[in-house]
Amino acid sequence: MKLTKNTAGRRVPDIVNGVAQTPYKGAGKFAPTGTKAAPPIRAAQDYPADGDKRVPSIKEALERAGLADGMTISSHHHFRNGDLLMVPVFDAAAQLGLKNLRWFPSAAFPCHEPIIKHMESGVISHIEGSLNGPLGRFASEGRMNGTAVLRSHGGRWQAVQDGEVHIDLALLAAPTADPFGNATGDRGPSACGLLGFGLVDSLYADRSIVVTDDLVPFPCVPWQIMGQNIDYVVEVDQVGDPSKIVSGSTRLTRSPDRLYIAELTAKFVRAAGIMRDGFSFQAGAGGTALAFAIYLREMMQEAGVKARFIRGGSTKYLVEMLEEGLTDFILDGQTFDLEGVRSMRENPGHIDTSPFTSYNWHGKGNFASMVDVVVLGATEVDLNFNANVVTHSDGVMLHGIGGWQNCLASACTILPIPSFRDRIPIIVDEVTTLCGPGELIDVVVTERGIAINPLREDLIQATRRSGLPIKPLAQIKAEVEALVGGPPQKPALADEVIGIVKWVDGTVLDSVFKIEAN
Amino acid sequence: MSKTSISGIPATRLRSDCVVAYTPATGGALKITVRSKVLALYGEAIRQQAAATLADLEIASGHLEIDDFGALPFVLQARIEAAVKGAYPDLQAVSLPPRTDHKRVKSSRDRFRRSRLYIPGVQPKMMVNAALHGADGIILDLEDSVAPAEKLSARLIVRNALRVLDFGASERMVRINQGARGRRDLEAIIPEPVQLILAPKVESAEELRAIDQLISDISQAAGRKEPVYLMPILESALGITRAVEIAAASPSNVALAIGLEDYTADLGVQRTEEGRESFYARSVLVNAARAAGLQAIGTVYSDVDNEAGLAAAAREARSLGYDGMGAIHPRQVGIIHAGFAPDAGEVEKAQEIVRAFQAAEEQGLGVVALGSKMIDPPVVKRAQRTVDLAVAAGLLKRGWKGKAK
Repeated sequence: MKLTKNTAGRRVPDIVNGVAQTPYKGAGKFAPTGTKAAPPIRAAQDYPADGDKRVPSIKEALERAGLADGMTISSHHHFRNGDLLMVPVFDAAAQLGLKNLRWFPSAAFPCHEPIIKHMESGVISHIEGSLNGPLGRFASEGRMNGTAVLRSHGGRWQAVQDGEVHIDLALLAAPTADPFGNATGDRGPSACGLLGFGLVDSLYADRSIVVTDDLVPFPCVPWQIMGQNIDYVVEVDQVGDPSKIVSGSTRLTRSPDRLYIAELTAKFVRAAGIMRDGFSFQAGAGGTALAFAIYLREMMQEAGVKARFIRGGSTKYLVEMLEEGLTDFILDGQTFDLEGVRSMRENPGHIDTSPFTSYNWHGKGNFASMVDVVVLGATEVDLNFNANVVTHSDGVMLHGIGGWQNCLASACTILPIPSFRDRIPIIVDEVTTLCGPGELIDVVVTERGIAINPLREDLIQATRRSGLPIKPLAQIKAEVEALVGGPPQKPALADEVIGIVKWVDGTVLDSVFKIEAN
Repeated sequence: MSKTSISGIPATRLRSDCVVAYTPATGGALKITVRSKVLALYGEAIRQQAAATLADLEIASGHLEIDDFGALPFVLQARIEAAVKGAYPDLQAVSLPPRTDHKRVKSSRDRFRRSRLYIPGVQPKMMVNAALHGADGIILDLEDSVAPAEKLSARLIVRNALRVLDFGASERMVRINQGARGRRDLEAIIPEPVQLILAPKVESAEELRAIDQLISDISQAAGRKEPVYLMPILESALGITRAVEIAAASPSNVALAIGLEDYTADLGVQRTEEGRESFYARSVLVNAARAAGLQAIGTVYSDVDNEAGLAAAAREARSLGYDGMGAIHPRQVGIIHAGFAPDAGEVEKAQEIVRAFQAAEEQGLGVVALGSKMIDPPVVKRAQRTVDLAVAAGLLKRGWKGKAK
């Protein structure tokens, strides 16, 4: 694999899984050309006139859809760690004797660990999508056949739309659907909120299968997924466990340090003048981001300030803000708990969005850049504010990108992070994997102080007399290194690329290298 | 066969901590085994530190095994020393991390002690950022929160924490054990930058005088010039009965504290939310403290999730004459400070008195008057303290005098 240096100074391959790649050119510098991809034309004469597209089993649906060796299967992750569909799908593919499939999920979770055996046996060649936990470790150890391709939520839409990834077969878990294939996520015993991550799959795939455990007679409304894009409908006992969408990253923190960081972040947003009538914010998953929203809510109540919209991942905390009238809208990309699901179903101010409306860079604008302030996590930040979210400092890939890269387009990006975890410093000389260029990251809030990107003279001026502990990133780094016994040694990484990180425009931002087994 | 000595509790896998085992051997090469969750990043540093620590302790044989979950160097060093000293209890050598030079806030007899945040001596993760939460005092606890098997480890971790960590504006307090164990605690702690010692379960003036004497001796030997203040904790019927003598026993006393868990157990009654069973004791303690010119410090409120209950307890303690109370979670600190803040009426009145005093001083008058009333010096002093409290609680700006009228 030939590696060349991109504009960010990172070594990236020019061909990945047999596909030629464009190296990263700089934020907003790559100009796409050509026309969008399109699915094949279908005709109504080939579909049942009574609208009943039901097929008795997943296995039969895979056969009828013509699944063959080397094809690409896609899926959405609205059930997060409670997905019950994709393990049986690949079990069925294995029974059919299929080989060399590519799985293209919007994200994979620890619940998908059983799929490792299908990668070992060759049923699946590789996964392109956010790899959380065990699958990430599997890939990091160099045990996956192909190369992992990590994309943001917006980047996944872009890749399909631009024809970079062709989906042969989409499998769409649907909490409620009708026999025609209209489907919704906001109701039914397994309600998960919305199906926005699966929308691009339904629009661009050659064939699409809706799988549901709550079949209703036509019409299923609202039709978040339209039956006109669906080939087959399969009924199963349970399509997902919505209680598990509340996984680790979406629980409120109880750590006093993290609560302190969250409060400091909210104070910064207030002091910088961002919290004003009609403003907007987004707080991602992660305990600190949730706590930030709670502190900000208190400050908004105190100041009598109301937001125009909040971007979800929705949680019960955001739902309460909507119901209290602290915001006109929640523009929601995925629901992180059951209160979010209920609100999306019942509250006309709780709007479901997709990566197309929110994040896609190759469109005529998107919501992310209209957000006044976004609060995100990170595993590492360097002194130029470049940040990492996919690998840890020891080189192991454990997280996906999610909407993180797309959110960097907001007017103010804040990373509230502890300055070290256990012994490992978060502020480093060079990030292990570059996921977000520093020019787009404005503020880092740690328990030891707040660092503002020198590019943001306006924020520096606005908070100069705030009394907040504002200091250079280098000073926080030095304080931490004194405590942990100096910067860490370089982890032993092989010069073998096991994954790449795409930027929002489809160019290659960085490579993830194989870890040496210890 | 040599017996293995262990510092840390195996199987707890406590983050930012470690378990160290040392098995002595006569002769043979020194063996160091490191297992760590940060091995890829700090494996070499841990190995080097282990070797250096053993060299400090003059250990050249045996087997040292480290199971590390991201412990900071000062913790590793303490646990290695504790494991070795578990095997060789009479070993005199020590292994001290270099002292870090932080801006250290000086303590004083009558500084605010509204909140004191308890941190178990074996919870280093909680020590590192303890200063963030704005408590008036941070207590590194060697007593009730530390299991008997971990007493030596706690002593060394706390000693090293005092050398290395920045506790910011918080007063640095240590609660020692009783008896012989407490004396060894003092030997390790007093040479370090501790500012106040809490003596538990004090029941007599002699007991306290002995502690005071030992502190003086250790201070002298260590060349320590800064004072060490004392806060005896009365937590038995006998202690309460002798509160007056105990309060007057030592010039180092700055406050009396009450401990109600043990006190109610001593009486053989349930500790209740309304606290009628301890009303007498709490009143006696305030009286004894005031009579000796000391602060009176209340007990801890143990239900961390009940913020309203804590707020009520703090208000009540203040109304009885208490100056502060204990906190067992950082989230309690702000609530306690609000509870011990003066109310608006008090602040306004105190401001008037302070202004009148200032005016009298400027005019060279010996007597302070407010309207037709004469104001005594103790009233002025109290008013000044109320104003200072209001500033500390964020109710008044520091420069409020400038903005008057």
